[in-house]
Amino acid sequence: MTAYPTVWRAPPFFGSRTQQRLVLAGFAVYLVWSVSDLNVDVERMLAGFPRALDMLARMIPPDFARWPLLLNGMVESLQMALAATLAGLLLSVPLGIAASRNLAPRPIYLAARGFIVVGRTLHEVLIAIFFVKLFGFGPVAGLLTLAFASAVFLGKMLAEDIENVRIGPVEAVRATGAGFAQTVVYSVVPQVLARSVGVVIYRLDANVRHSTVIGIVGAGGIGQTLSASFSRYDYDFALAILICIIAVVACGEWFSDWVRRKLR
Amino acid sequence: MSPTEAAKRYPTVWRRRSLRETAVGWLWTAAVAFAAAWSVSALDIEWAFFADAHEQAIDLAQRMWPPRWSYLPAIVRPMIETIHIATLGTAIAVVLSVPLAFLAARNTTANGFTWATGRALLVASRSVNTVIWGLIFVAIFGPGPVAGIAAVAARSVGFLAKLVAEAIEEAQRGQIEAIEATGASTAQVYRVGILPQVLPVLIGTTVYRWDINVRESSVLGFVGAGGIGLYLYASINQFAWQQVLVVLLAILVIVLASEALSAYIRARIS
Amino acid sequence: MKDVAGTTARERAAPARALLAIEALSKVYPSGQRALDGVNIVVERPEVIAIIGSSGAGKSTLIRCINRLVEPSSGHIWLGDMDIARVSRRELRRVRRRIGMIFQEFNLVERLTVMENVLSGRLASVGFFASLFRRFPAADIAGAYALLDRVGLAGYQDMRADALSGGQRQRVGIGRALMQNPDLLLVDEPTASLDPKTARQIMRLIRELATERRRPALVNIHDVALAQAYADRVIGLKAGRVAFDGPPQALTAGVLTDIYGAEDWSQTIRRADDEAEAGQ
Repeated sequence: MTAYPTVWRAPPFFGSRTQQRLVLAGFAVYLVWSVSDLNVDVERMLAGFPRALDMLARMIPPDFARWPLLLNGMVESLQMALAATLAGLLLSVPLGIAASRNLAPRPIYLAARGFIVVGRTLHEVLIAIFFVKLFGFGPVAGLLTLAFASAVFLGKMLAEDIENVRIGPVEAVRATGAGFAQTVVYSVVPQVLARSVGVVIYRLDANVRHSTVIGIVGAGGIGQTLSASFSRYDYDFALAILICIIAVVACGEWFSDWVRRKLR
Repeated sequence: MSPTEAAKRYPTVWRRRSLRETAVGWLWTAAVAFAAAWSVSALDIEWAFFADAHEQAIDLAQRMWPPRWSYLPAIVRPMIETIHIATLGTAIAVVLSVPLAFLAARNTTANGFTWATGRALLVASRSVNTVIWGLIFVAIFGPGPVAGIAAVAARSVGFLAKLVAEAIEEAQRGQIEAIEATGASTAQVYRVGILPQVLPVLIGTTVYRWDINVRESSVLGFVGAGGIGLYLYASINQFAWQQVLVVLLAILVIVLASEALSAYIRARIS
Repeated sequence: MKDVAGTTARERAAPARALLAIEALSKVYPSGQRALDGVNIVVERPEVIAIIGSSGAGKSTLIRCINRLVEPSSGHIWLGDMDIARVSRRELRRVRRRIGMIFQEFNLVERLTVMENVLSGRLASVGFFASLFRRFPAADIAGAYALLDRVGLAGYQDMRADALSGGQRQRVGIGRALMQNPDLLLVDEPTASLDPKTARQIMRLIRELATERRRPALVNIHDVALAQAYADRVIGLKAGRVAFDGPPQALTAGVLTDIYGAEDWSQTIRRADDEAEAGQ
């Protein structure tokens, strides 16, 4: 009669047991090293907590007295986001087509893809600085920043959709003798459009979020109002602005989810 | 049958959308066009600026070239600090996001009130940008990487918790019930019935968020929260454009590297 | 062949030109693979021609060379008195209007309705904006309704294509091809993605429609039994060449062995005889 083992251990999550241990150990080592490397002044950090409470006390209650200023900033942000989404959408069509392996000639494809990679890597704050340098402070720089970021994002999505298009229906429509433009409109666009509308709504929502930030470097919108209030230690006004931002962004996201669900 | 015979026996008009649907479609189009016009007109664009903008852009590009490589050693430590901020912030966020996720998931939360609290925390965390969190924490902790780490964590907690909460809510009922049926405690049910289903999502999302955080950490220095952003800000204010290019290139490299690493790890997991 | 000027003079006295004449058609891929090697086929009357052969024998390439979805390397394809292997791109569009094609994977535009898919057969006859807004002439719409009725899909015009079964999708594909009122039907493995019963229904429908409209149909098919049951003529391809060209009854075990390789063909052929009895 065979004897059965009396111990059983679950298989490791990934790789071998030793691999898993090594990774976790490596991570622990990294944690220790990075914290020490950062020269964290523990005293200053601990001193931060009473300062946090002090700030909290000054924040509450939020000061909505200057609501015209708040409203102005918020409306400006929304306008930037909306205009930028539309501008970005228009720009993304040629960019997306140029970045599709199956539609564009190779050198154009590579150039467009390279442009998209660099564009996506740059944080919108950095892009905003660039446009502020060229166009001065204000919402115009913000509009261009978000339009650029939107064009790059939407262009990439469009290129992916075009590359994933099923070639069978396109061939079938071509075989009836339809011209190039007709073939695209009748067999490519219906396939691509399905996801595109949802993606645009998503980007609009993202632009509303980003529009709140780029004001910090002077590109207009509510971010500029917020940055000013912090530097003046107007923490109660700052909280009012933050609440407003949270409300608008949350609404925007809820709206975006709702529309995308309806489109499916 | 011939076309004329067909026209007599069959309808000669066909619409994909009913009249009502078409009208609604046109209404939406009109609304979008109106919104576009409103947003552009209200922004008071100085079209004169556009005229010489490209000249200014070329001028700027020329001033950036060639990159001042001698600046590179000076920014190595800040670059490493940037990565530390991203990694430590994400790590803290992971730890905090698991309980928050259980709180915000309908099937694991104690009651309606706790669920609402969980959801509210999620929304607050996600609606405020990392950079704005940076502003807040610099006011609390003073300038430096601690503020940056806190900012990254604050933004990431909501991001992670939302996706994990969704995974918890979608966890297969059967597996949970089976464990409950053995008489295990709630904590054990969570540990054995839910966590294994949720772990892949958690890890994948964490790696994804880490890569986004590297990108975000590179600009936190603009509000004083540590990392390479401060050096970039200083270089721009000094009009040292060739230094600016070096910093931008360095940021490009680490962001691309982190994206590649993140994609690789996530591919290995699934 | 002789130059165009010479033939036109003689043609007036000569018997009617063949409907379709494929002459020395070859296709060589850049890798050196010879998909078609001097294929000669003449279609003189409207008939259903089944093209059989093993995979890689060149069936699909042949069909696709005719409407130039695949560019032939050399040879001529005479549709009436026009060599369509040589025509320009613009002229090619007009040629394609005269050729209706039916695909193995149906190739419908999934997110469009059945009606839009059938009407796409008339795209070449309407302008760009008309096609963009789906403004087709009244005669076309009536014709589309009539076709849907004929293929057994009456009432399905508003359904989205991806909501249909395989057999229903192929019927839409057939409707689309016939919407062009073509001079020639090219059918590429119409039944490969269908279950046996639906396959027979589709083959029957194709045969009926080709006969009704008195148009030739070239049908790629890998099921020999179906080919024998529904075709007037069978062409067997082997390694890019025509290895057999004759009536279905002449398909002996020896012929099939030549085309496909050694196998117990007695089952296939006997089934085909039963098939023919049941089909008629």
